[in-house]
Amino acid sequence: MEQQRAENRLVLAYLYVALVSVFIGTFFGLLQVTSRAGFFQTPPWFDYYRMLTAHGVLLALVFTTLFISGLSTYATYRSIERPRRSLALGWTGWWMMTTGTVLAALEILAGNASVLYTFYAPLKASPWFYVGAALLIVGTWAVLLDVLLAIAYFRRTHPGERIPLPVFMVAANYLMWFLATIGVAIEVLFQLIPWSFGWVPGIDVQLSRTLFWYFGHPLVYFWLLGAYLIWYGVVPKILGVPFFSDALTRVAFILFIILSLPVGVHHQFTDPGISHIWKELQTGFTLMVVIPSLMTAFALFATFEQAAAKQGRHGFIGIVAALPWSNPTFLGSALGMILFIFGGFGGIVNASYSLDVLTHNTMWIVGHFHITVGGPVALTLIAATYTLIPALTGRRFTSEGLARAQIWLWFIGLSIMSFAMHTAGLLGAPRREAALAYGGNAIAAQWVPWTMLAAVGGIIVYASVICYLIAFVQMVFGGERGETRFEFADPDLYAEKTPAILDRLGLWTAAAVLLVIIAYAGPITEHFHYHIYLAPGMRTW
Amino acid sequence: MLNLPRLERTWLWLGGITMAFFFIIVLSLAVMADIEPPSYGQTIDPTKVSQTPPFDHPGLHQTGPKAYEAYYVGQVFSWNPASITIPVGSTVTFYVTSSDVVHGFSVPEADVNAEVMPGWVSRVEHTFLKPGDYPIICNQYCGIGHSAMFAHIIVK
Ligand code: HEM
Ligand SMILES: [Cu+2]
Ligand SMILES: [Cu+2]
Repeated sequence: MEQQRAENRLVLAYLYVALVSVFIGTFFGLLQVTSRAGFFQTPPWFDYYRMLTAHGVLLALVFTTLFISGLSTYATYRSIERPRRSLALGWTGWWMMTTGTVLAALEILAGNASVLYTFYAPLKASPWFYVGAALLIVGTWAVLLDVLLAIAYFRRTHPGERIPLPVFMVAANYLMWFLATIGVAIEVLFQLIPWSFGWVPGIDVQLSRTLFWYFGHPLVYFWLLGAYLIWYGVVPKILGVPFFSDALTRVAFILFIILSLPVGVHHQFTDPGISHIWKELQTGFTLMVVIPSLMTAFALFATFEQAAAKQGRHGFIGIVAALPWSNPTFLGSALGMILFIFGGFGGIVNASYSLDVLTHNTMWIVGHFHITVGGPVALTLIAATYTLIPALTGRRFTSEGLARAQIWLWFIGLSIMSFAMHTAGLLGAPRREAALAYGGNAIAAQWVPWTMLAAVGGIIVYASVICYLIAFVQMVFGGERGETRFEFADPDLYAEKTPAILDRLGLWTAAAVLLVIIAYAGPITEHFHYHIYLAPGMRTW
Repeated sequence: MLNLPRLERTWLWLGGITMAFFFIIVLSLAVMADIEPPSYGQTIDPTKVSQTPPFDHPGLHQTGPKAYEAYYVGQVFSWNPASITIPVGSTVTFYVTSSDVVHGFSVPEADVNAEVMPGWVSRVEHTFLKPGDYPIICNQYCGIGHSAMFAHIIVK
């Protein structure tokens, strides 16, 4: 009991840092949409790009990473109980990530690191910003190690058994993530930090971008698999049915380990110095991710159907009517799934070079990632806290009406904002701009109504954040004592027959490495055939 | 070994075939219509752009009837040349480099979109069929004056 409470405190610590990042980060989001729409002017002492950097770093990097680390730790600890478990690794990870976050955030707010969350060299931020980023990234390796130790313990004590499915999903996600972070760790530790401290005179710009995007694409799958852990694992439990299929879930996650990595160059379609052959090869890999994505869609719909069948309801309307829409955790997940369908469509567009040339660096992309990470992922994770946090604090959350209002507002606001951003992008509106007038140009004038509409959507999402803040305060400080359960579904009937080879995580990691080599050997060798000039870089803000 | 429901097999085949079809479209456009991601690569010393031909004289050069080459340098926070004028129907090949940080060379109405990195020359080509004042927008964040970084292509 005491042990479990100590474990819960660790998980809560991760969630709290993540959620505080949401409260601060979305406030900047609100200022961005409204100032872009011309409702007010950002003051010189807190310019637009400082906000945008804080927004991107706090939401895309800090919130997601810390939340998923906490959730994954929870899934692992609850699925593999271990007496007198050491929490040292878990806390090491938390301290590294939190210190890194604070360091990076202070530098951003002080205006020493307005380089956005992609920190493209040779924009030269304060070295402490990069040190913070390194701590945040490397801290996650402690979580992976903790998960692997739990798996090793499980294998010792349960010879011949399959790894519990929630832990398998977590391990798959963190192994993929580990391979990805090697790229950005090399960039930060060997390129950015020495250069920003002035130990070396210049930086290889293109190499740093390639390393960044080798990490940047799997990053989005890391977020998504965090949400999938809830869609695959927790949603069926709420519906009272088992996992759809133990074996197929493992197959889908293995495919995600393998296919998330060899594709980063699709973010560099318009870069010089990388042959179209490599760009086309990686386009092919990118599109292959449709297979595990459709497997996921199938599993989720099948789960819904089973749940409805248990109540004797059938057909589309019967299924929809049978689902527990009043349960906030379910509601947020289900609305997130709906948004994600549109995210998938947009992704196919971006992956096709002939269309990407229209959308690259436009507001379309901003619309796209808000309807993927800002919608499905953030909404699912936030909705999960309505049961996860009370489960961890030993309380009951009673304001479900407020929670439902929060979730619907987020869904509606985000849909409006994202739709408006997509449209503005198709009309050519660029992203990452403090102002959009371009000297009164006629083309730029077409963007105005859509920028306004995006602001309306953004304000609605922010109203949702305020509802969440109220609910969060209630969850943490108020609420009656009682038991809340946040559990993963039971194995399906055939789970025992899952082929042992699917559990060979080492094998699948090796397969992923092989594909990375196939995809990147070309562009990297090509890079070093050029005579590379280093860029000295500067602070341009 | 893996017992995939029949319906799911059909579903995955449909999805897989659709993606293969998309991929074939992208590749056919590349081969037949030349709509390809750029392969061009040329490096240049970013600290010596103003001494390196042809970027020591940025601007427009006619290379044939209705055919031009344009050399652009991006630097915080402007494009050089700031304005060019070409007749309707001209094909322009843009060569763009940066003397400081990364910029984005984009002409929204003309599907011209290229990342511009210090140390590298990017190349894009476009035929301007309609008259107008086309803005060249910097669409990659480059610093505090990023939104003010634009130039004009006047097509008459
Ligand atoms: C109140 C809710 C939100 C609003 C109003 C909002 C608004 C915006 C706006 C207007 C931009 C783009 C500005 C530009 O390109 O100039 C932006 C960028 C971004 N947002 Fe949000 N956002 C919100 C929530 C979120 C959430 C929940 C996430 C992720 C979990 C997120 C992730 C991002 C990222 C990664 C960027 C890109 C930053 C960059 O270009 O460097 N946003 N947001
Ligand atoms: Cu990607
Ligand atoms: Cu710029």
